[in-house]
Amino acid sequence: MVDAENLVKVYSTRAGPRAAVDGISFKVGEGEFFSFLGPNGAGKSTTIGMMVALLAPTAGRIKIDNLDVVRFPHEVRQRIGIIFQDPSLDDRLTAWENLEFHGRLYGISKEVRKKRANFLMEVMGLADRRDDLVRTFSGGMKRRLEIVRGLVHAPRLLILDEPTLGLDPHSRRNVWEYIHTVRKKVQMTVFLTTHYLEEADGSDRVAIINQGQIVAMDTPDRLKKSLGPEVLNLHVSEKGQLKKFLLERYPSLTSSLREEEDGSLSFLFPGEGKSPWEFLKALPFAIREASVRRPNLDDVFIRYTGTGLKSTPNDSRGG
Amino acid sequence: MQEKTFEEWGMILPNEKRPLADRLTRDLQGVYTLWLRDVIRLWRDRIRLIGSIVQPLLFLFILGGGLSPRLGAMGVTHSGRPLGYQEFLFPGIVGMSVLFTASFAGVAIVWDREVGFLKEVLVAPLSRTAVVVGKILGGATNSVIQGTLILVLIPFFHLHPSLSRTMVAFLVMVMIGLTQTSVGILLGVRMTSSQGFMVLMNFIILPLFFLSGALFPLDRLPHWLSEASRVDPMTYGVDLLRHALTGVHFFSVWTDLLGMGIFLGLMSSLSIYLFTKAD
Repeated sequence: MVDAENLVKVYSTRAGPRAAVDGISFKVGEGEFFSFLGPNGAGKSTTIGMMVALLAPTAGRIKIDNLDVVRFPHEVRQRIGIIFQDPSLDDRLTAWENLEFHGRLYGISKEVRKKRANFLMEVMGLADRRDDLVRTFSGGMKRRLEIVRGLVHAPRLLILDEPTLGLDPHSRRNVWEYIHTVRKKVQMTVFLTTHYLEEADGSDRVAIINQGQIVAMDTPDRLKKSLGPEVLNLHVSEKGQLKKFLLERYPSLTSSLREEEDGSLSFLFPGEGKSPWEFLKALPFAIREASVRRPNLDDVFIRYTGTGLKSTPNDSRGG
Repeated sequence: MQEKTFEEWGMILPNEKRPLADRLTRDLQGVYTLWLRDVIRLWRDRIRLIGSIVQPLLFLFILGGGLSPRLGAMGVTHSGRPLGYQEFLFPGIVGMSVLFTASFAGVAIVWDREVGFLKEVLVAPLSRTAVVVGKILGGATNSVIQGTLILVLIPFFHLHPSLSRTMVAFLVMVMIGLTQTSVGILLGVRMTSSQGFMVLMNFIILPLFFLSGALFPLDRLPHWLSEASRVDPMTYGVDLLRHALTGVHFFSVWTDLLGMGIFLGLMSSLSIYLFTKAD
């Protein structure tokens, strides 16, 4: 469905040219749920810009449904439904008018767009708000309406660019429930960008993108397994010394050792023929609490990028 | 909820390939859609539409009413009756009302960018030219409605143009509306703040208005003023409006039409060009 080869986008800035996307290649299969996981400014939105022909690639090429995006921008756009990071509804029109506007722009006949819009509004739980002005909607409802709108022209590829950004946890869960419901009813390829690990976890494949490059790409399961079986989590008082000791003794831990929010240290268990228990006994430190768990996507992300995905509330743009 | 398959509801199967209508058909439908949106929004705001005729009324009745006893005849109508200042002013104020509304219609494109709606339009399968043309038509419609609200007051000013002359006046309003919306759009293309746009626009429309001859006759002007008014697109519009409604004019009909035509062509192609090039 999507086929990108050595895609590059260079912006000229005052500090000289900067590659927002630096030679990425990926393929998304028909019906696949594919995620781009990366921090803000990693090149996610730039990639989407090139997918929908808003930005021209500096080098490389990208095809959607076997159509070159640069040569057939309108044909490609007709096949894509996109939910933008930031709201993009006309809030002075009613929900229905927004959908009508979209349907007309995509050349959908009156009868068909009416049928689809009614159906999708019902699936997304908005049927009773049809004729209300969009400015009376909550953030979560606006998002759901945008998803309905993105589907009115029956796209073959749905692009979700940080679809739950700026929503409270309850609305986030709610929006995802609706996305899954609609995916069950309408099969289509989904391309998601996010910096929330748990959102990427539900996808068929994940590409981890950092500083314009794909650093890892596989199913979430295999990415986690590639790290080895276990992550150790230790609570100690002499955190600094333990850190130093571990890094000297096991240099490979540089890529996974980190401090958790609760002040504990966690790292990929180095193994070397020992069990975690033997490993702990051999440590010359007093350990208050220790636990072993399976690696999660957070560990994967840190392993491949060297940084966490913690986002601050005010960095909602870019990506 | 009733379970129905998506096929029944008209969702198209994922691997069905739909041929696109030809480019022109799609673009024309896009132009219509964008125009329709502006008209819906205009209708929803109709209270404001009425409210915004207050300013032109102040000009007509207070400025015009106050000055007319002091000023002599402003020219002679073809019926031989001398033309008072209020009658002279009337076509100028019709033009002003179109000018102001159309110029600020360009702010809509800045608003759309601010609220993110512009992106929805830009990723749709239609050309940028169609987007600009749709916006220009929407803004022009708005401003012509404003102008018409003033124009219908014509019986109060003892002016009785024939139907064909009224049609000419209407055509002039359409041309001013199209030209000025284009100006608004070409200024708005790169603007990201609507406040900045408003400030810039105020800076532009007042000279356009004052130089156009809406308030005073263009003959016997100081040289520099007369030169400046010739490069004002509004001059030709106001002159033709006055010609049509009162019979008094400074340029010939053809000069007026040519002047308006040149500015319209220039401004609309420039706004299309800039919008197509913008990111």
